[in-house]
Amino acid sequence: MRSAFVRTLTELAERHPEVLLLTGDLGYMALEPFIERFPHRFFNMGVAEQNMIGAATGLAEAGFVPFAYSIATFAALRPFEFIRNGPVWHRLPVRIVGVGGGFEYGPQGSSHHGLEDVGVMRTLPGLAVIAPADHRQAASALRATWDLAGPVYYRIGKDDHLEVPGLDGRFRVGRAEQAREGEDVLLVACGSVTPEAVAAADALAAEGLRAGVAVVASVQPAPVDDLAALLARVPVALTVETHAITGGVGSLVAEVIAERGLGCRLVRCGVRTPPDGVSGSQRWLQEAHGLSASALAKAARAALAARPR
Amino acid sequence: MDPASTAAAARPLTGNALRRVILEQSKRANVGHIGSALSVADVVAALYDRVLCIPDPNDADRDRFVLSKGHAVLAVYAALALRGTIPLAQLDTYCADGSLLGVHPEHVLPGIDFSTGSLGHGLAFGVGAALAARLQRSRRRTVVLLSDAECNEGSLWEAVMFAAHHRLASLVALVDLNGQQALGYTEDVLSLSPLAERWRAFGWDVHEVDGHDEAALAATIGSLDTEAGPPHALVAHTVFGRGVSYMERQIKWHYSPMSDAEYRQALAELDAADGAACAAPSSGR
Repeated sequence: MRSAFVRTLTELAERHPEVLLLTGDLGYMALEPFIERFPHRFFNMGVAEQNMIGAATGLAEAGFVPFAYSIATFAALRPFEFIRNGPVWHRLPVRIVGVGGGFEYGPQGSSHHGLEDVGVMRTLPGLAVIAPADHRQAASALRATWDLAGPVYYRIGKDDHLEVPGLDGRFRVGRAEQAREGEDVLLVACGSVTPEAVAAADALAAEGLRAGVAVVASVQPAPVDDLAALLARVPVALTVETHAITGGVGSLVAEVIAERGLGCRLVRCGVRTPPDGVSGSQRWLQEAHGLSASALAKAARAALAARPR
Repeated sequence: MDPASTAAAARPLTGNALRRVILEQSKRANVGHIGSALSVADVVAALYDRVLCIPDPNDADRDRFVLSKGHAVLAVYAALALRGTIPLAQLDTYCADGSLLGVHPEHVLPGIDFSTGSLGHGLAFGVGAALAARLQRSRRRTVVLLSDAECNEGSLWEAVMFAAHHRLASLVALVDLNGQQALGYTEDVLSLSPLAERWRAFGWDVHEVDGHDEAALAATIGSLDTEAGPPHALVAHTVFGRGVSYMERQIKWHYSPMSDAEYRQALAELDAADGAACAAPSSGR
């Protein structure tokens, strides 16, 4: 996702001289295509995320479209007030790029896990929050949103090979994309854990349960109508995200169910516990938090079995 | 130009002209932050009367101004009104319901380049503005007015380092060194001394100036090389509450509004100062 994003950004920069790239001293083996092509439009701001977002605000006021890059938690949380008081308040086209959301930096430990970024960013009205599920969707999402009038937060994964089966890189602002159709249960997935949701749906299908998968990459503006239409047809929905169960897509779906008065039962699959000091690979941590395909399928079966008949 | 603006154009843009508006509007709205606005009145007058090149608030190549100490914005509203950027009558909406003139500046008001209010943001905005000018090959300057206590903020020093490293010569930071912050004197709360040396150590071109001498302030800024070399910091020595004897150097006037009697005394002192200035044209004002 990261390479696809930088490659696409470099392509856009060829045609749009207002595109700049800033980094908080991160992006080794990722940002080079842009840096080599446009050395004078790239700035390593140092390990100083607050100044990076503040300076991006000043650049955007003068007509530039600066992309400010860091690891998701450093990009979203450290300079949160600068994002709020800078591009959001001034309605300027700053793009905050948070790489490696969820457990993508697994062994690096809790400081590097991005488990709150989507929820925190989603509290800011006027900020688009875009979390692609694979590298093809990252490229199409960037092409569709780079020139939005207001600010954008991108949550970008590191994996450049994994693809979400059935997604085919589709992305539309304010819409959900379906990777699987089925009306016995709906999995609503966000970000690079989405392939696990599709694998869970396929496992359930093998057992005769028709499981749908909706991919939410445009977290804000939210695909409220799409979600309401899909949720109205199923008795049970699971949200799937490597993120705290509050604030992210789990909360978004709960809001849609409640505000539309739907009868669907919701199971939020995500991170429910504070850091415990135990680290491991992305896959291992996702499993530990119930986000593997088998754990998701099990949660779906349990929720279906528990529903009143 | 509307009638109010025409009338405004007849009033000279001086520190004491701003002080009169600061007192009038603070009293009408019954709000505080009076001492902070009085502290920067002469700096703001010097900037708008003699330094900033702003042919039109929408001119893309205008000088940029960031009031990082947003709580002193009444001084800037006064300057914008006396310049005719906003109608004089709009000053009477200060702190009113539905007004664009709040206690801290909003960029939607003509003449305000950046919204502020949370200390530690403005210099980073200014860094971006100065970098943008360089990339656009513009000679425009960016002036950021900071409070001294704002130098408590770590984010400010992030911006200080970046500006020096990239030698943003068109960036001018003015530090309003009045020695006070909300709850006490800076030397008692969190010492900044030696402030000029600290900025200098970070690679800035530093000048210590009298923050109440408009002509000297403007001359110093005019002498800066804003096209090459390091960024510039002017440490402006000021008196908190300057111009109203009972407010000067008093912590309570960060937040307190004025009583009727205090307001009458403040205006009388301002009248006396203006009278003395008229009687002594050689004072340089």
